[in-house]
Amino acid sequence: MNTEAVKAIYRAEMRRTRNTLLQSIATPVISTALYFVVFGSAIGSRIQSVNDVPYGAFIVPGLMMLSILTQSISNASFGIFFPKFTGTIYEVMSAPISFLEILLGYVGAAATKSMILGVLILITATFFVDLRIAHPFWMLSFFLLTCISFSLFGFIIGLWADNFEKLQLIPSLVITPLVFLGGSFYSIDMLPEFWQKVSLFNPVLYLISGFRWSFFEVSDVSMGFSLAMILLFLLTCIVVVGVMFRTGYKLKP
Amino acid sequence: MDNAKPIVSIRGLAKTYAGGHQALKGIDLDIREGEILALLGPNGAGKTTLISLICGLVSPSAGTVTVAGHDIIKDYRKTRELIGLVPQELTLGAFEKVGNTVLFSRGLYGKAPNAAFIDDLLAELSLSDKKDNMVQQLSGGMKRRVLIAKALSHEPRVLFLDEPTAGVDVELRKDMWAIVERLRQSGVTIILTTHYIEEAEEIADRVGVISGGELLELEDKSTLMAKLGKKQLVIELKNAVDTVPEQLSEYGLELSANGSKLTYTFDARQERTGMTALLTSLSQAGLAVKDLNTSQSSLEDIFVDIVKADA
Repeated sequence: MNTEAVKAIYRAEMRRTRNTLLQSIATPVISTALYFVVFGSAIGSRIQSVNDVPYGAFIVPGLMMLSILTQSISNASFGIFFPKFTGTIYEVMSAPISFLEILLGYVGAAATKSMILGVLILITATFFVDLRIAHPFWMLSFFLLTCISFSLFGFIIGLWADNFEKLQLIPSLVITPLVFLGGSFYSIDMLPEFWQKVSLFNPVLYLISGFRWSFFEVSDVSMGFSLAMILLFLLTCIVVVGVMFRTGYKLKP
Repeated sequence: MDNAKPIVSIRGLAKTYAGGHQALKGIDLDIREGEILALLGPNGAGKTTLISLICGLVSPSAGTVTVAGHDIIKDYRKTRELIGLVPQELTLGAFEKVGNTVLFSRGLYGKAPNAAFIDDLLAELSLSDKKDNMVQQLSGGMKRRVLIAKALSHEPRVLFLDEPTAGVDVELRKDMWAIVERLRQSGVTIILTTHYIEEAEEIADRVGVISGGELLELEDKSTLMAKLGKKQLVIELKNAVDTVPEQLSEYGLELSANGSKLTYTFDARQERTGMTALLTSLSQAGLAVKDLNTSQSSLEDIFVDIVKADA
């Protein structure tokens, strides 16, 4: 195990975050605060509660998920895409380092950033609403699993993308709609029956639902099922990354 | 020198890219420990592909490479630890400090940070005062120095320099050759690709000529020059002539300097150079000789000859 290499990549990636502190941390925190003002206060004041949870608090897990998902993907995808784009990847590819170690460095750093971000959003939220976390262990588990698996997913996108457009394609055209339609701001009970059924095909619903259960013990689907879904997603990403590395996909002609 | 064991051993190495382009067509090459090997070849000859294969950036289609006896695929950790690479392009992350990016390289190669070593390295490359500068603020020549520092950051035993002097100023070139010389003395093997023949002539022990994905020649520099070197005899005439006289046609003389100079090209390898016969013929033709001068062809001429002959 080349631990020095993992540390080197991890440190370099974290340094990149520090250099772009405003973009990496401040932007999502500010936009989350805006969501609270608009959805939590302005609109939320007209919605009494959802499943006995005050609306302002109800949206907190969804908002955290929204940010963690999009930021994990963008951090990890950019982290590997940029060296590919500038050509500096040659150094990583010619170093005595295994694919697993590359993954640990890049995905580890991206997941760490998402965790920091998630915690910051949670702290921001406490300024707006009263929060209780019913199952801290499960909350943390969902939180960590999501950060890791979506950073992994972002890494895959970064490997796959060969231009900036592709880099933005999946986050903006797939992930954002799935998160918004996955019950970030509502319970699917509030939808017409047909759309409830459709929503069940949205994998992000299970994430948000499980995460919300760990806060308020209310959920759209069972918590066990949510956990199974996120583990399945994590496993799929690991398999895909494994295949990509084994074949040298887009990295090694 | 011939008995020295090879540090890099290449057998039947071939590469065909996905698009069908055959970049290398079965290269056999032993690189001796501690030597400076120059790989000469025109653009697209396969030089960079060869280096990329050894460094692990490209997967081979056929053949094997060992570095210090270890296979580059099975034992990639062992082989890559030994290798440093200075790429052709100025590929550097823009938003990093010089000191950090060099430390990063060292880390990638599994070496613990060593501030003293890095400081010495930066000093040797005249980068000490740039340590805290962002890479993007540096000039092209400075970026090249950073790339060299990165390649040397993990103290490699084999150093690949891919077109090291492309777009480099005189000062850096001088510094670079000083470093190459220091590395050679410490036993580091150096492989450089270039199409500047003077470079190979100046510093290489051996010269390999690559063209069209094949290794056409591989010789000690002096052997190569002796083997293929042509000599020229320039004859300055007392009185200029309009044309080369008929009876001298068999020598293939070229007339220049308004008819006052005759150039005779001959193969230095031949026992009979034809010089004596030519001089006799000259006097028979009634041409008076003012001065004589011979010159050996440079590596450049040799190189052009080899590549042309192959085309």
